[in-house]
Amino acid sequence: MGYPHPPHPKETPVLSKHFGEADARTYDGWVRRGGYKALEQALGMTREQVVDAVKASGLRGRGGAGFPTGLKWSFMPKEVTKPHYLCCNADESEPGTFKDREIMRWTPHALIEGCAIAAYAIGAEVTYIYIRGEFTDPWRVMETALAEAYAKGVVGPNAMGKGKRIDMHLHRGAGAYICGEETAMMNSIEGKRGNPRIKPPFPAQSGLFGCPTTINNVETLAAVPHILVNGADWYKTMCLGNPKSTGTKLLSVCGTIARPGNYELTLGFPLKDLLYDLAGGPLPGRRFKAVIPGGSSVPILTAEEADSTVLDYEGCVAAGTMLGSGGVIVMDDSCDMVYQTMRLAAFYAHESCAQCTQCREGTAWTTKILQRILAGQGQARDLDLLLDLADQMTGKTICVLSDSCAAPVVSAIRKFRPEFERYLTTGRQTA
Amino acid sequence: MSDLVKLTVEGREVEVPKGTMVLEAAKLAGILVPHYCYHPSLPVAGVCRMCLVEIEKQPKLAASCATPVAEGMVVKVQTAPAREARQAVLEFLLINHPLDCPICDQAGECELQDYVFQEGRSATRYDEYAKRFNPVEEFGDDVLYVPNRCILCTRCVRFMEHVADEAVLNVSERGDRAYIGIDEGHRLNHPWAGNVVDLCPVGSLISKDFLHKARAWDLDKTPSVCTGCTQGCNVTLETRDNTVLRVRPRTNERINRHFICDEGRLGYPWMNRADRLEAPMVRQDGRLVATDWERAFAAAARLAGGGSARGAVALVSPCASNEALAAVAALLTRLGGTGAFRVREGAEAPLAGIPNLALRKERAPNVHGALAAGMSRDWAGVAGRAAGAGLVIALDESLEGVALGSAGVLYLGTVLSDPARAHAAVVLPCCNAAEEEGSFTNRDGVVQAYWQAKAAPGMARPAAWVLSEIAERAPAGATA
Repeated sequence: MGYPHPPHPKETPVLSKHFGEADARTYDGWVRRGGYKALEQALGMTREQVVDAVKASGLRGRGGAGFPTGLKWSFMPKEVTKPHYLCCNADESEPGTFKDREIMRWTPHALIEGCAIAAYAIGAEVTYIYIRGEFTDPWRVMETALAEAYAKGVVGPNAMGKGKRIDMHLHRGAGAYICGEETAMMNSIEGKRGNPRIKPPFPAQSGLFGCPTTINNVETLAAVPHILVNGADWYKTMCLGNPKSTGTKLLSVCGTIARPGNYELTLGFPLKDLLYDLAGGPLPGRRFKAVIPGGSSVPILTAEEADSTVLDYEGCVAAGTMLGSGGVIVMDDSCDMVYQTMRLAAFYAHESCAQCTQCREGTAWTTKILQRILAGQGQARDLDLLLDLADQMTGKTICVLSDSCAAPVVSAIRKFRPEFERYLTTGRQTA
Repeated sequence: MSDLVKLTVEGREVEVPKGTMVLEAAKLAGILVPHYCYHPSLPVAGVCRMCLVEIEKQPKLAASCATPVAEGMVVKVQTAPAREARQAVLEFLLINHPLDCPICDQAGECELQDYVFQEGRSATRYDEYAKRFNPVEEFGDDVLYVPNRCILCTRCVRFMEHVADEAVLNVSERGDRAYIGIDEGHRLNHPWAGNVVDLCPVGSLISKDFLHKARAWDLDKTPSVCTGCTQGCNVTLETRDNTVLRVRPRTNERINRHFICDEGRLGYPWMNRADRLEAPMVRQDGRLVATDWERAFAAAARLAGGGSARGAVALVSPCASNEALAAVAALLTRLGGTGAFRVREGAEAPLAGIPNLALRKERAPNVHGALAAGMSRDWAGVAGRAAGAGLVIALDESLEGVALGSAGVLYLGTVLSDPARAHAAVVLPCCNAAEEEGSFTNRDGVVQAYWQAKAAPGMARPAAWVLSEIAERAPAGATA
């Protein structure tokens, strides 16, 4: 991880190698660490060669969906008839996730370089980096680094002196979770209310300002320079599990655990080792009860299930959950699962953009039911009602916010039903 | 015909142009998929999620308003998953809906009522929780917003933004706290703003003019044509107890799509005027005396015959029907004379998002019908000859400001104007546009029929009929 404590021997520091080194934030410091070589190399290749290299590496989107990055880039039109845009998703609003924040805080030039390479590969001249509004420190760091990059001619009208225009704008979010959804982000950049758009059309056909657009996560883009410099084969060999999940991933561990923080792991790493070895296991005298492995939107695992889960895209799906954004939220036996579920549902009810009926009304209703159960006034039929609502909130809306609210509720009720039933039979619990 | 796509909706095969949405294709197959946010004249939002249908070989239910058709597509509306999904949407919509139908203007023509009745649950599972409450807001001079009834379909927001091109409405707040907001310092007073009341599928946006006036099911609806300007928007006159209570747009893709302007919408009270001419009158000893139609016709025929030597002048209203204007033209041909009209003017107010749709400068429905009947725009020239003419025929024209001299004046109208009271020899009561059948010719030359919506007062008759009766009695060959 590198910051605040030194990397664990089982980590594979690639993106996080220079975390904690203040010097790495400057242009000179970054170049001393091998920075901007990849961009220079990329600008000497054709667009297709860059895309092919990323395709060959097996790099997949680190924002949550895990879509193959090279494939996504290849959806952009070959002929540039309209402006192409690259959007870097630095909104990082998924509860439990704080990896992009650290990348921007410590290695801003890694992101700028990754963006520049990606922009070149998709034929874009303009990149928007959409930074979460609450990220004041990363914003300052990125602002300084981008100004420096412009001053050094790394980006701008004649990037790296190779005659290519690569412009970059920082765009600050205003605090809406939903603006981390790619189409809502495009609306937000356009100055509209951050509501997700109906797909199709997909962003690669009609995205930002109606032009072909690619949206990539910070961590994804930051990995691109390493792939170009070290080769796709090098990246592909970083794999402990399924060969479809390659490279390293930053896992943000938080909750009731001894050493919370970011850990960079080769994909395929056992979740058990992350929890007990790297992150130090439970707090003294406690046992783990539940783990959410990929940010608040994915189904909850019991501690037993977590023990056998492998941290890659396929391994998490096999365990009935998703790798998501890699925000590992740990709950020990002091946690009240009913309260935690309510807290999650309340978050989604607060953040629903209010477009789709199921989401607008369903997230709020779900929260009300859970609050009533917590108050000791739940009714026997409430659990079935919650499951039925969750069913109607899944797969029926424009974006997946309501699915994200339903998934933890369903898994919590399925896996921790006795805790819910205790509230229903004996009323309000006192600590 | 390669740009046609064949698909099956509920077992019915239908062929539609490429790019058509499934919901529209289903309509063509005769199946209405329940929906709220979709409207054919607005951009697709796909937010109410009511129009979910099952499409074979697609893993998830599809919003039929936002799914383009594809060759060989098999669409199923009434399968269990689709019905359950729509039932759930209805339940979600109702949890914060006040169910104040007994005092809601929309009741009876409410899409929420209709679809809940059609496929909703019989009882809610949202018990013991408080409903969302927000106070009623006045959006504009005629539009009230009742946020509690709102289902956030955003039709009004999209109409103002994309059709009226004056984006003053928005969705404010998020989640279940959301409501329709109006930009600070702005009012919903666009000349076409009233359409949001029609677009609103529930009773959330309501017209102050119609507020608590009538229950929807008590209204009789008559197809008509707006008399407000030369555009010729198709409207429905809604009446109860022989009174026009509301005017609403009637769909015509070529002329006004689904919209009418506020001037046309709110300009109907003249149709209900109480100070109407109810009996024919003939001047005797300097006074107008009520009489029956036979005597009045005889007097009118004498007037026409007597005046023909010095020629006739017709001063007509561009609000008269084509039929009445043609009858005047025929009389003028026989008697020898000319006709003219004058028209009230106002500011033109286009509806930005619809080509060739505006509240037109000339505020009368039949300017082009009058021109076609040979009436002149040279009002000053023709009216100037009135004093010297043997006969002046006034068709629904007040004669205000016209020097009449000693001419014999034959006045056909709905109300008795002051000049007519002073000068007319014969006064004949006529129907207004809500009381007769007829046609208008709009600015593009489209002839459109309108129908009788209410009974005429007293003995008033359609002007075209009255004129034809006079023509029958006027001396043949009276031509000068």
